[in-house]
Amino acid sequence: MGALDLDYMLGLVPVLLRYLPLTLGMAAAAMVLALILAVILAVVRVLRLPLLDPLVQLFVSFFRGTPLLVQLFLFYYGLPQLVPAFAAITGVQAAIAGLTLHFAAYMAESLRGAILGVDRSQWEATQAIGMTQGQALRRIILPQAARIAAPSLLNSFIDMIKGTSLAFTLGVTEMMGAAQKEAAGSFRYFEAFLLVAVIYWVVTEALAALQRRLEIRLNRAFAR
Amino acid sequence: MIEIRGLTKRFGSLPVLSGIDLDIAPGERIVVIGPSGTGKSTLLRCINFLDRPDAGTIRIGDLQVDAAKASRAEILALRRRTGFVFQTYALFANRTAQGNIAEALLTVRRLPRAEALARADAILRDIGLSDKADAYPAALSGGQQQRVGIGRALALDAPLLLFDEPTSALDPEWVGEVLDLMRRIAEARQTMLIVTHEMQFAREIADRVLFMEGGRIVEQGPPSRIFDAPQDPRTREFLRRVR
Ligand SMILES: Nc1ncnc2c1ncn2[C@@H]1O[C@H](COP(=O)(O)OP(=O)(O)O)[C@@H](O)[C@H]1O
Ligand SMILES: [Mg+2]
Repeated sequence: MGALDLDYMLGLVPVLLRYLPLTLGMAAAAMVLALILAVILAVVRVLRLPLLDPLVQLFVSFFRGTPLLVQLFLFYYGLPQLVPAFAAITGVQAAIAGLTLHFAAYMAESLRGAILGVDRSQWEATQAIGMTQGQALRRIILPQAARIAAPSLLNSFIDMIKGTSLAFTLGVTEMMGAAQKEAAGSFRYFEAFLLVAVIYWVVTEALAALQRRLEIRLNRAFAR
Repeated sequence: MIEIRGLTKRFGSLPVLSGIDLDIAPGERIVVIGPSGTGKSTLLRCINFLDRPDAGTIRIGDLQVDAAKASRAEILALRRRTGFVFQTYALFANRTAQGNIAEALLTVRRLPRAEALARADAILRDIGLSDKADAYPAALSGGQQQRVGIGRALALDAPLLLFDEPTSALDPEWVGEVLDLMRRIAEARQTMLIVTHEMQFAREIADRVLFMEGGRIVEQGPPSRIFDAPQDPRTREFLRRVR
């Protein structure tokens, strides 16, 4: 076959870009859900809520200790065997669920560290004016923790975007699946997968640039 | 009337408060002095349960709390009847000066936002910081931060204000403005319990001075007697050293 076929690659750009919204959509949906779940998990851990805390530790340990691909297979191919209702779940839904649980475990640990990183005097001041623990967390502690955790949460988002490529293994035609199909017809596997890599690279670099700007802004925050 | 009976606290095996009894009359301004590590901060922190006392009772008006069986609701109620000023200010880093003062009004008193902010503005005027309403703590001087800290403690109109060495963390240049503000609050006959090493200030504003050592109140009386004619040798020794 020989050298890189650039024309073929350029022609493939619009074909693959059509699937970019699906990739970003899956990542965005999973990010929102994972953030909500991670806040709940982190709060359970910080407050050491009885009964729940050991369950959360188990959850975090499992989802950080096993590969995302294995988790996705477990959900999509494994669970319907135990619970027939899960057979109705689509590949996209399973991918979002898997990404959510997997990254919520990582994000919960970042958030927990960030909450513990908020100065103890901030807690004491909320207590001194008679705020409840819930008010203190919602209004004072979590907003400050979010700033501490923001860079690491954005890292998780970048990992999540890359993780969406695994949806391909659940039969979802996203960028990776589309590239695979195109290449199967043309035998131009290198060009197709290189283009997928470049698209991911551009997207994650753009986010990394955003992250650097955000960090500068966060460092300036509350300093007016 | 405020009544403290048998207030006791240990940290591990270390007894820090050994059965403190203290009555505070409405409008009374009490200054607590004593060597460091004798439990002055712990006394203040136990009164609003920032440190949970092991035993004793605290009564503020019609609210009586027994440390041995204090419920979460009772502890909250007690904290809402006390204002606390921290040595290191402990302002909410994510709230402006106005937001720091309004926070308790919004969350604890549940005032409508406009009302809470108007009340905070009035307090900002009192503490001379109207022009800093929108400034975050990081942009304020130590003296300004502590004045906001005092403003935050004033917001709930608590019957008792607790001050734990409010000027000890300040650069000398800011001490005066904070003491001036406290003097004005004292002149308004706000009930205050103040831990401080500012002896001249104590002499000026205190109705009563307590000398603490080893987790006990060793000696107490009007400032003229404690400073000019201390009875206990430990008080005399302490005053000799700080002068
Ligand atoms: N959280 C704590 N844990 C253990 N020991 C403490 C704690 N807080 C205070 N102490 C000890 O209790 C004693 C009294 O402390 P404190 O009330 O801060 O004294 P003061 O304010 O008079 O200097 C000291 O020996 C101090 O080391
Ligand atoms: Mg102290």
